[in-house]
Amino acid sequence: MAELQFREAIKAAIDEEMDREEKVFIMGEEVAEYDGAYKSTEGLLKKYGFKRVIDTPISELGFSGIGVGAAMNGLRPIVEFMTFNFAVLALDQIINHASKAGYMTGGQISMPIVFRGPNASAGQLGATHSVAYDSMYAHFPGLKVIYTSEPDDAKGLLKSAIRDDNPVIFMESEQMYGMKGEVSDEDDYIIPIGKGKIKREGSDVTVVAHGKMYHVAKQAAAQLEKDGVEVELIDPRTVKPLDLPLIVESIKKTNRCVVVDEAHPFGGFASEVGFLIQREAFDYLDAPVQRVTLPDVNAPFSKPLFDAWLPDAKQVIDAVNQVTYRN
Amino acid sequence: MAKKKTDEVRFAPTGIGDEKDGAIQKGVDLPAPTRKKHKSLGLSEDDLKDMYEQMFLQRRFEERAMQQYQKGKFGGFLHLYIGQEAVSTGTVYALNDDDDIITAYRDHGWGLCRGITPNEGMAELFGKKTGCSKGKGGSMHFAKTENHFWGGYGIVGGHIPIGGGLAFANKYNQNNRISATFFGDGAVDQGSLHETLNIAKLWGLPAIFVVENNGYSMGTAAKRHTVAEIVDRAKGYDIKSKVVNGMDVFSVFEAMKEIAEWVRENSEPYFVEIRTYRYRGHSMSDPQKYRTKEELKEYQENDPIERLKSYLLDEGILDEDGIEEIEEKVEQEVLDAVEFADESDFPDEEALYDDMFAEDEPYFHN
Repeated sequence: MAELQFREAIKAAIDEEMDREEKVFIMGEEVAEYDGAYKSTEGLLKKYGFKRVIDTPISELGFSGIGVGAAMNGLRPIVEFMTFNFAVLALDQIINHASKAGYMTGGQISMPIVFRGPNASAGQLGATHSVAYDSMYAHFPGLKVIYTSEPDDAKGLLKSAIRDDNPVIFMESEQMYGMKGEVSDEDDYIIPIGKGKIKREGSDVTVVAHGKMYHVAKQAAAQLEKDGVEVELIDPRTVKPLDLPLIVESIKKTNRCVVVDEAHPFGGFASEVGFLIQREAFDYLDAPVQRVTLPDVNAPFSKPLFDAWLPDAKQVIDAVNQVTYRN
Repeated sequence: MAKKKTDEVRFAPTGIGDEKDGAIQKGVDLPAPTRKKHKSLGLSEDDLKDMYEQMFLQRRFEERAMQQYQKGKFGGFLHLYIGQEAVSTGTVYALNDDDDIITAYRDHGWGLCRGITPNEGMAELFGKKTGCSKGKGGSMHFAKTENHFWGGYGIVGGHIPIGGGLAFANKYNQNNRISATFFGDGAVDQGSLHETLNIAKLWGLPAIFVVENNGYSMGTAAKRHTVAEIVDRAKGYDIKSKVVNGMDVFSVFEAMKEIAEWVRENSEPYFVEIRTYRYRGHSMSDPQKYRTKEELKEYQENDPIERLKSYLLDEGILDEDGIEEIEEKVEQEVLDAVEFADESDFPDEEALYDDMFAEDEPYFHN
């Protein structure tokens, strides 16, 4: 195992896949000469040159569409967004074209493309820079959606995403790029898309959390342990396809569940998982499933308001106390 | 000083034509057609016969499709290309067979020209499993990628960057292919065009972007939906441009041949405004209140198929019998296609889940 920063794990995955396959290239704002807005492409230009590491203008719709066309015509693009908040400008390409072209031509078109970049909030950036979009993309058929929490997952899953012959949304976080973690140094380390992971075993309550929220849930689990509550912490890693069996098996053991999600409450990951649990594990539940999400409110700038807005460990602990009737 | 308030505030330009003094306000002004004859364009007599057959096929295919639609044989939208056949035909003859073509939803003519058979096309309209897109796409999504026809796309302007991407891959692979992206005058107003033109010039993409200006963005005349001359959009991006008469197949062929060679040679984009005219409504539900009958008649007198027919007769390449022979052959082909489509099976219910993902057994959320 090697200790890598999240951004180094991302870069290693891209590097290995570019090295392996000539058709893989990366484009995005500041990915080349600037070496990456968040340094997740640092050094790639030097290694692979201007043909395969390409700076784009600030034209999300335009360059995403060029990526889609390039994928149709035989290449394997990695399209980097400086943040998924900006990818909203490219939704026509991702939703109307990347996810649908294959189907509506009766399978004549394949679409091996990865759209990647940071998702959700990153401190006090205001309302338009703080949205978690993973649930929204997962709504659409034809897309796979990954939002990882740790460098090891990021490396193994990004490599899988680049090799996948379908469009994949791969999400990171500005606030996690500097985070360090042990990364497998296994040759050609691959984690299959759609497999979650039990990252902490426990018998009292199942907590499901992915992306940045995994770390919030982990912090809550550490505090709860001091109170004698053993949390089983599941990181689904892939939002879609969702590893539902892993969650259900855990609930059969703990009989209680809290879902922590960085999206707003309506129709998000938490509500979907909550529904699935009532359908698949109804008889095993000793308490209604609870969720911790953002409020149904835009991200504020002011520090105290922002802190009140973003889910924290205390909210997770409160939710765990509720499902374990410890209030 | 503040501007005086007026009684009436208007935003969009209004009015259907300007029929003052009996003059017809035309949707598009056609530039003069080429004066060249087929030999100096490098076209053989056989090429011309093929072109005639191809254009007549596109026309009859759609006329029959319209009848079948009106009979309730299939649903969805049906956008007819009738009147614009010289654009597809002239272009396909001018480009190499492995150059990449992508277009918008008015795509039947393009598909037929790039090798979708009348059977495959008609069956697609009927939503049958024998259709070119297995009945998954319908009228707006004809495609035959093995012939480098990447399809019709239904979001106005959405496929323009994709056309740039096809060219990107060609440049990346240095395969000497170019892409040609076709869209209507309505798409000129979409930001996707402007983002794509900028990137195409910046990156030296071997791509031709072609506005098929048929005078109307659905029911809105070009003069009412876009400012200045469409072709001049290219100037802002330092991209070469040209206006072409799209009612004359020789003019389209000549222009597209020259442009394609230049684009291939220089790996640079090119912007073309081909002026043409659609005889039918935007779709089947269009009452066409936005234009006059006189205007339509004027363009129909310039019909691209009649024009080529006259040329064939005048030059003695075909006599009336020869023309009739081609027309009868096409007529039969199209009737057979209707029968084929009618008799073909609908896709099996399991096909609902096919072609969503590359895997054989993909995950579907439930």
